[in-house]
Amino acid sequence: MSDPSGPAAPLDVSGAPLSPVVPYVDPERIAKVQRKARNNITISVVSTVVFVAVLIGFIASLPGWPAVQKQFFNPTDFKASFPSVVEALWLNIRIFAVAEVLILILSLAIALVRLSRVPWMLPIRAAATGYVDFFRGTPTLLVVYLLTFGVPQLQLPHVPNSAVFWATVSLVLSYSAYVSEVFRAGITSVHPAQQAAARTLGLSNTQTMRYVVLPQAVRRVIPPLLNDFASLQKDTALVSVVGPVEAMRAAENYANVNFNYTSFIVAALLFIALSLPVARFTDRLMAKQRKKTSAGGAL
Amino acid sequence: MRRSLVLPAALTAAALLVAGCSSPASTASSTSPSASASCSKASLATLSPNTLTVGTDSPAYTPYFVNNQPSNGKGFESAVTYAVAKQLGYTPSEVAWKVKHFDSIVAGNVSDVDFAINQVSITPARAKVVDFSTGYYKVNQAVIALKGGSGASATSLTALKQLKLGAETGTTSLQWINSVVQPTQTAQIYNSTNDAISALKAKQIDAIVVDLPTAFYITAAQLPNSIIVGQAKTGGETGDQFGIVLKKNSPLTSCVDQALAAMTSSGELQQITDKWLSSTAGAPYLTN
Repeated sequence: MSDPSGPAAPLDVSGAPLSPVVPYVDPERIAKVQRKARNNITISVVSTVVFVAVLIGFIASLPGWPAVQKQFFNPTDFKASFPSVVEALWLNIRIFAVAEVLILILSLAIALVRLSRVPWMLPIRAAATGYVDFFRGTPTLLVVYLLTFGVPQLQLPHVPNSAVFWATVSLVLSYSAYVSEVFRAGITSVHPAQQAAARTLGLSNTQTMRYVVLPQAVRRVIPPLLNDFASLQKDTALVSVVGPVEAMRAAENYANVNFNYTSFIVAALLFIALSLPVARFTDRLMAKQRKKTSAGGAL
Repeated sequence: MRRSLVLPAALTAAALLVAGCSSPASTASSTSPSASASCSKASLATLSPNTLTVGTDSPAYTPYFVNNQPSNGKGFESAVTYAVAKQLGYTPSEVAWKVKHFDSIVAGNVSDVDFAINQVSITPARAKVVDFSTGYYKVNQAVIALKGGSGASATSLTALKQLKLGAETGTTSLQWINSVVQPTQTAQIYNSTNDAISALKAKQIDAIVVDLPTAFYITAAQLPNSIIVGQAKTGGETGDQFGIVLKKNSPLTSCVDQALAAMTSSGELQQITDKWLSSTAGAPYLTN
């Protein structure tokens, strides 16, 4: 509970406040610092330009470059393959949008179950631990094959058997195991003093978790969560092994028919474009958090 | 004395001339009729001397191979390979098999084998990156569906258009779906025919498209409760044909062509086809 306006003003002998002391800053020093900042920017820009120019110049001078450029970076094939790859990308986007929401819900539930200490929840706790061990130990591709080709053959009533449905379920089950560990780490990283303080205020365990611990925990683990989200965007390509045509399969189809791999470059660029907003958003979030938690002093 | 020297000298010179003519190191086209001498085992530019290295995929499907063992000589393509090898002068023990995946074969990656045989259809696009032999089998595409399933009654192209179809990636079966049938729902693409069969079993697709011999094997052995809905007459002199794949501008291409020509004119190729693909006559044709 410190005074936000800084330490209290000093008083003289009679109790009246002394006039505030204003630190003297040499204008020459201000000019020097500004000049140095400008120089640094110029040097960084020039250095970047030179570096990129040297890299491009080196690659373009290699004897094999024209052949590689024709096969991988061909503008005609880029334009020709773009429509089919973009159309197929829509399937990837739909899958990870749905999967991400379900993953967050399921993994938070698993983390809370594993951290609970209530005695009657032991079998559920053991099941949750088994679930995490199993799905972290099994390749996601294997889970996709098993569930998509296996479960529909059981002919369970009222259960959809579409390949997209089961591939999404496989992704959710697989990723929830990893993300639940992230949540668990976040929750246990909140200092136990927070829980103790909440108890002294009379909050129950559930209220403590909901109002004190979880907000702090989730804020802490947003960077790793967004990391997993970016990884999920790429893993939606796994749906292609069970039939649906998503961006990578569309690129492969084009490459098979035309013997040109530029379509893969198109798919790669589209995936990068998808994950860039997430990456920059994470950076901004982390910078905002750093400013909030540190004193924000100008060094 | 001089007469007896001239004759042997003349004969030697003539012999040298003939030997020089039949040497394989000529830059002119090597398809001259007397070049069968240059296709002899001794002069063939194979990767290893006295060995014919042949590539095919694993698993190798029946009826083209049997028990996934190309070296047992059983199966249509195994028999064709050993017959071609015999024409070129190789005994069965001089044939070595190497696993080459279908994708990499059609992409032109065949420099580590002398030739590859893997139900590869001859297409102009593929012919730009590999050499093909003359066709050794005319391929009809066939549609398979589960008995009593959603695809079982689609005996026309119009009916097929409404179905969810599946095929293996990179095949002419897939190209036939996308260019001839043009279904309203996107055709599903699988890494292998086995995956497509699993999807059919799980009722995620209505029908799959494969070549006719594979279709007969699938309906007979792999998926007994499936039927061949119909075949399309895509094979023919100018249509879909299987060819042996060699690397671009391979010196062996013309020799393999000659071997196949000899097998065709002697009737051996037809005998092999009848022996291993005899049941492929009975499927109905798809209507429009």
